[in-house]
Amino acid sequence: MVTAKLRAGDLSRITDMAEVKGRSLWADARKRFLLNKAAVASLLVLMFITLFSLTGEAVAPWTNEEIDFNVIGSADTKGMPSLESGHYFGTDDLGRDLFARSAQGTRVSLMVGFVGTFIAVLVGTVYGAVSGYVGGRTDAIMMRIVDILSAIPYMFVLILLLVMFGRSMFMIFVGIGLLSWLGMARIVRGQTLSLKHKEYIEAARASGVSSWKIILRHILPNLLGVVVVYTTLLIPDMIMAESFISFLGLGVQEPLTSLGALIAEGSKSIVQGSLWQLYFPLAFFTVTLYAFYFVGDGLRDALDPKDR
Amino acid sequence: MTAPLLDVRDLRVSFKIRNDGDMPWTKHRELKALNGVNLTLNAGETLGIVGESGCGKSTLARALIQIVPASGKVLWQGQTDLLTLTPRQMLAYRSQVQMVFQDPLVSLNPRMSVGAIVAEPLRTHHPDLSQTQIKQRVQEMMERVGLLPNQINRYPHEFSGGQCQRIGIARALIVGPKLLICDEPVSALDVSIQAQVINLLAELQRDLGLAMIFIAHDLSVVKHISNRVMVLYLGRTMELAASKALFAHAAHPYTKALLSAVPIPDPAKERAKQMIPLEGDLPSPMSPPSGCVFRTRCSIAQNRCASEVPALLGTTHQVACHLVNTATSEPV
Ligand SMILES: Nc1ncnc2c1ncn2[C@@H]1O[C@H](COP(=O)(O)OP(=O)(O)OP(=O)(O)O)[C@@H](O)[C@H]1O
Ligand code: SF4
Ligand SMILES: [Mg+2]
Repeated sequence: MVTAKLRAGDLSRITDMAEVKGRSLWADARKRFLLNKAAVASLLVLMFITLFSLTGEAVAPWTNEEIDFNVIGSADTKGMPSLESGHYFGTDDLGRDLFARSAQGTRVSLMVGFVGTFIAVLVGTVYGAVSGYVGGRTDAIMMRIVDILSAIPYMFVLILLLVMFGRSMFMIFVGIGLLSWLGMARIVRGQTLSLKHKEYIEAARASGVSSWKIILRHILPNLLGVVVVYTTLLIPDMIMAESFISFLGLGVQEPLTSLGALIAEGSKSIVQGSLWQLYFPLAFFTVTLYAFYFVGDGLRDALDPKDR
Repeated sequence: MTAPLLDVRDLRVSFKIRNDGDMPWTKHRELKALNGVNLTLNAGETLGIVGESGCGKSTLARALIQIVPASGKVLWQGQTDLLTLTPRQMLAYRSQVQMVFQDPLVSLNPRMSVGAIVAEPLRTHHPDLSQTQIKQRVQEMMERVGLLPNQINRYPHEFSGGQCQRIGIARALIVGPKLLICDEPVSALDVSIQAQVINLLAELQRDLGLAMIFIAHDLSVVKHISNRVMVLYLGRTMELAASKALFAHAAHPYTKALLSAVPIPDPAKERAKQMIPLEGDLPSPMSPPSGCVFRTRCSIAQNRCASEVPALLGTTHQVACHLVNTATSEPV
């Protein structure tokens, strides 16, 4: 037998040799990503913005709900950014501190981006992987459902939902998250189809590995690259969608705010000359989106070197 | 006489072909990839299967390990018809029949370490083993197929093609199968490495008493390793004989043509040998020729060949050709 041949002496030799560490594809990808300066810089910027959104309100001398009665009514002349007054980013017409409000808005926007994407990734990946792996009629039906859902103009539905059920964070998550998984499902299904016929999947099936374990052990890890890249590109999309809705005045409700809502307010104040109300939220918005795109790009190059 | 380990009767596989632009109601076309194949295999024996690309070799292997649906009978040890088992019942037999695949890199999951790859069948069939036991068996197996056991944490892309094929062999053998199916195990490898892998397979087969089905598109590869050889053409058996008999007195025009393409090391014999060119292309398996499927490329085809399908006749040396007198094609 196999083992009989190399019992005693050999076995000690086997255990004596130090094990060589493997270099996984993930480790390779991490190395490539770290070499991409734009992506790494963007990642740092994102970390900084996240940190700002989490701690900004604590750092600011004014809270986001406090009203500075010195400023109220004359924001354009007295509410400008200044270190003395403690309004680093200035105030709005109501005398609320824009630094604290920006931190709060960024936090809400990021949260919408992350939570919405999380729902999309979870639903889309599982749905797409099952559809692609099972194949046949199941696949056809599942994909037709996706087609039908994506034919619905989703912004329109979201606006209807918000008007019908009232504006709330929850409704925005549900609306954005539940419709945005469609693209993810399509991408994952396509990848799964091509993975399904790989010989290592056949080898696993031939050994009797169950379908669920094949999906978990062989399909998902090989999908992860695509999913990660798509996710980093989906987050800014979500932020954009939420901002658009907030810009229309249908998003989060006061006293909550988001970058989109702040930009909407700021744009109204242009006529009064208090431009800082527009510039600061807009800067956070743009920088955040660009940073996500750069990180997504860097991840794509790192995870998929053949594609370049 | 004891029953053969594997007894395959009238194995048929057909694929439904749909073109991308087809409407849902257009009827699919059928591709008969295997058209009534019979074979038997005894414990410890090696059967070589040769044929051009697309003749159904891999499909035969896939049908035997049941990753494509097939009809017919696959009797295991003369009793169990594997094709009638439910997936749950089949699980017990899956450790008995294992396969080594053609492309070593694609047959290994790039995200799994060698240890995890080799251990997977073991984990599936022996869920009671502890981590240390599994690791020990994996390392023993790696050593057995000529890999350094300390490489257990490495990933497939860190190995050469030949080493990857060894990993594939280790994965197949770790559950102690009785039958190993090798689907062109060396055709993706460098010529210099091919011999090493074939020798390893031959050695393992001898030591473990494995029965083996060895698939190749080239007769010279199967010549030494096989006891018997089966020649496939468009999903049908053309000739099936003991390896020596087949190489000495090939009877079927297709086998002769294949053989004439194999170079002989002796220059005198090489010059003297009669070249039978294989003309034309392989017909589409979607619409195979009527009668004898080989007739479009056969240099001695007659009218009869277009109308009647030749039966596979003979006992130990079987040939499917109208013009071969099966009495004389028996081992002389
Ligand atoms: N999943 C499938 N769906 C449709 N047709 C298939 C499928 N698998 C194989 N075929 C067809 O069946 C025929 C036999 O294919 P098979 O892979 O068995 O050939 P092969 O002899 O292994 O060739 P090769 O030497 O290239 O590996 C081919 O015509 C092929 O196109
Ligand atoms: S049956 Fe006819 S066509 Fe077929 S191999 Fe024999 S001679 Fe050729
Ligand atoms: Mg093949």
